[in-house]
Amino acid sequence: MNEFRYERAADAAAATQLGAHPAAKYLGGGTNLVDLMRENLERPGVLVDVTGLSAAIEEQAGGGLLIGAAARNTAVAEHRAVRERYPVLSRAILNGASGQIRNMATVGGNVLQRTRCTYFYDDDGARCNKRTPGQGCDALGGFNRIHAILGASDHCVATHPSDMCVALVALDAVVHLDGPNGARALPLVDLHRLPGDTPNVETNLHPGELITAVELPALPLARQSTYRKVRDRASYAFALVSVAAAVDVADDGTVRDARIALGGVAHKPWRASKAEAALRGRPATAAHFRAAAEAELADARPLRDNGFKVELAKRTITAVLQELTGVDA
Amino acid sequence: MPIAVNGSPAALPDDPRVSLLDFLRERLRLTGTKKGCNQGACGACTVLVDGERILSCLALAVQYEGRAVTTIEGVGAPDALAPLQQAFVGCDGFQCGYCTPGQICSALGMAAEARRGVPSAVTANLTAAGVDFTPEEVRERMSGNLCRCGAYNGIVEALRETFAPEFEPGPAGGARTAGAGR
Repeated sequence: MNEFRYERAADAAAATQLGAHPAAKYLGGGTNLVDLMRENLERPGVLVDVTGLSAAIEEQAGGGLLIGAAARNTAVAEHRAVRERYPVLSRAILNGASGQIRNMATVGGNVLQRTRCTYFYDDDGARCNKRTPGQGCDALGGFNRIHAILGASDHCVATHPSDMCVALVALDAVVHLDGPNGARALPLVDLHRLPGDTPNVETNLHPGELITAVELPALPLARQSTYRKVRDRASYAFALVSVAAAVDVADDGTVRDARIALGGVAHKPWRASKAEAALRGRPATAAHFRAAAEAELADARPLRDNGFKVELAKRTITAVLQELTGVDA
Repeated sequence: MPIAVNGSPAALPDDPRVSLLDFLRERLRLTGTKKGCNQGACGACTVLVDGERILSCLALAVQYEGRAVTTIEGVGAPDALAPLQQAFVGCDGFQCGYCTPGQICSALGMAAEARRGVPSAVTANLTAAGVDFTPEEVRERMSGNLCRCGAYNGIVEALRETFAPEFEPGPAGGARTAGAGR
């Protein structure tokens, strides 16, 4: 681990002042960043501890929730309003990592965690365009069972590892930012980038910008929402495919509205807009759920080892929609 | 402000690179906390901070200034085992014993989470008042602690023996009634 200066920020203003240093990095619970520093993949000169920022979970006037960036994952998952009104978010968080890590990890840090692509981590033995731009990507022709099937490029096929972000994208969450040029808000779905030819540029954050809060808009249909994660082990493993979904079925049996996002399939939490469009106004049947899943995965580009994800994603989307609506196969 | 480790104040390291794990083992010579993977994958380094379980390998010691850390040395002593430690012995819940300090600390933190009604990935009803302390719940909640010997059945049995009575419905089960108001 390189040497660094450690600073603890009392509030967002102090944090962004310290974070303006070009070699600064913000530190949340450390469950990803400390590991990356130990592997020499992150080499900050100044580490700005932002766990002292707001961790409050506050009701908003319009019926939404404002979650401070320093809120721990456990605190969000167990919060009564989240469990009742946004169960997909509780379930996504509880499906991620372990009890110990959820007690440490913060919401802001979770959003900015980096890929778990094994080639990205293999600094000595593998080429990686995300780690060293222009070097090449050994995942492309390598063991790419865990890699992306949607939105990837010839430069990078890594996936975003967060479960929480998949739920947040389905919920139309908005990220509140503060930085050298002032405060702004950004839909979470626009925060992370697809790899293109610059996979090393992972977000649309400006230099020195800090996540201060995540806002959940009022979304009544989210009361009927859930998260399903498919992985190699029953627990404590990253997703091969995950689905966050909320659905509202009218009295006549047609889908009034739906929110779907996928994890484990792309460089960012993937909003399944095509599936949503295919569902709206159509009868809530297993056949229509399957057709919606087919529409979303039509553009899938599997690699040598991960073709199974295409069918797995279709089946998982269909199954989750059936679970939420009580529709039998 | 120092860190309180098992009730005794300890001065923070000067070098911010020192993990809480190395601080405990190398500086304070509290070697009960084990260094397994050193990357957050095995749970052998689990300690309690203000009663909550965390991974000390991914924690920088400087971040925990002013906090109260409990290690396995603060849970029980060889001649005065804590009830959970005694249950591990009785249920044959360890073989090599390397992961056991982490398992014990994790279980104490896990029980505290269950007492306040924190759901898990296998909890069917997210809005239920209390936690059903079933073997399935125990396995999911303890999944951050790996045991290479595969002593899991003994570990689950020890945890159930120690904590399950608290979670049973009725006057004897405190947690369900306590959790109902939250």
